[in-house]
Amino acid sequence: MKLSPDETIFWQYGFITINLTVVTTWMLMLIMVVGSWLITRKLKKNIHVSHWQCILEMIVIAIKNQIKEIGLNKPEKFIGFIGTLFLFIALSNLCIIFPGYEAPTGSLSTTAALAICVFLAVPFFGIAEVGILGYLKSYLQPTFIMLPFNIISEISRTLALAIRLFGNIMSGGMIVSILLTIAPLIFPILMTILGLITGIVQAYIFSILAIVYIAAATQESKPEKKKAIIKTQ
Amino acid sequence: MESSTLIAIASIATAGITTAIGVMMPAIGQGKSISAALNSMAQQPDSAPTITRTLFVGLAMLESLSIYCFVISMILIFANPFWSHVIAK
Repeated sequence: MKLSPDETIFWQYGFITINLTVVTTWMLMLIMVVGSWLITRKLKKNIHVSHWQCILEMIVIAIKNQIKEIGLNKPEKFIGFIGTLFLFIALSNLCIIFPGYEAPTGSLSTTAALAICVFLAVPFFGIAEVGILGYLKSYLQPTFIMLPFNIISEISRTLALAIRLFGNIMSGGMIVSILLTIAPLIFPILMTILGLITGIVQAYIFSILAIVYIAAATQESKPEKKKAIIKTQ
Repeated sequence: MESSTLIAIASIATAGITTAIGVMMPAIGQGKSISAALNSMAQQPDSAPTITRTLFVGLAMLESLSIYCFVISMILIFANPFWSHVIAK
C-alpha cells in the first residue's frame, strides 16, 4: 500500500528525484501564480471591479482580519507569508475533488518543508521586530530555568505541525482507498466530502498556529503595557 | 521463535493497541469539549459564531492527537524499520 505520493517516481538521476509530489506542487504553484497574475494585471480602483478581483479582495481582507484578530497589529508585514501558507495548503487539499489527484500535503516531505518554513520565519520576524537581544530574551521567559524547555518546545511544535497536516491528509486518502475496496458505492464520496472539510480546517489551523508562534516571538514583554492591562482589568 | 515472527507479533499487536487507546482518549476529550460548547451556546446564542470557530480549531487539535497514533500504527504496519532490517538480512 502506498503511504504517500512520494513513491510514484517519474524520473531519477542520482539523488535528484522527480516524483508525483514535486510535479503536483509545481502545478499548483503554476496555477496560483498565473491565476493571480492574470487577475492582478488589470486592477481597477473605481466601483465597478471584475468578479475575480472581488474574490481576490475578499480572500486578502479575510486573511488580514484573521491575522489582526490573533494579535499582530501590522498584518501587511505578515500577510505574504501567512497568506501563501494558507492558500497553498487550502488549494492542495481542496483539489482532492479531482479524480486521480493526490494531495502533495499527504507527503511528509511537503509538510516538513512547510513546518521548517514556519520554524525559520519565527526568528526572522522576531529579530526584525524586536531585535536580536529582544528575541533571545523571549527564550528566557519566565525565568532562565525554562531555557531548555523553550528550545525543546520550539522543535517539538515544528514536528507537531508537520505530522498533524501529513496525518490528517494521508488518513483521509487512506480511508477513501480502504472504503473503495469494502463499500465502493456511496461511502467514499461521503468520506471525500469530510476530507474537504478536514483539509480547509487543517489549512486554517496551520496558518493560525504560524500566526500564534510569530506573534509570541514578535511581542516584546513591555512592563508598562502589562501594568496598563492589569489596571484596566 | 524467530526474530521476524516476534517482530511481526509485537508490531501488529502494538499497532492495534495504539489505535485503540489513541482513539478512545481524544474521543472523551472531544465529547467533553462539544458538550461544554453546546452548553455555552445555549446560554449565550449571540456568541455562537466565535464559540463554533474556537470549537472547530480545538476539535482539530484534539483530532490531531489521535492522528499521531494513527501515523505510528501505519508506520508499524506498512513501513516498519525493524521488520525491513530483519527482512534485508
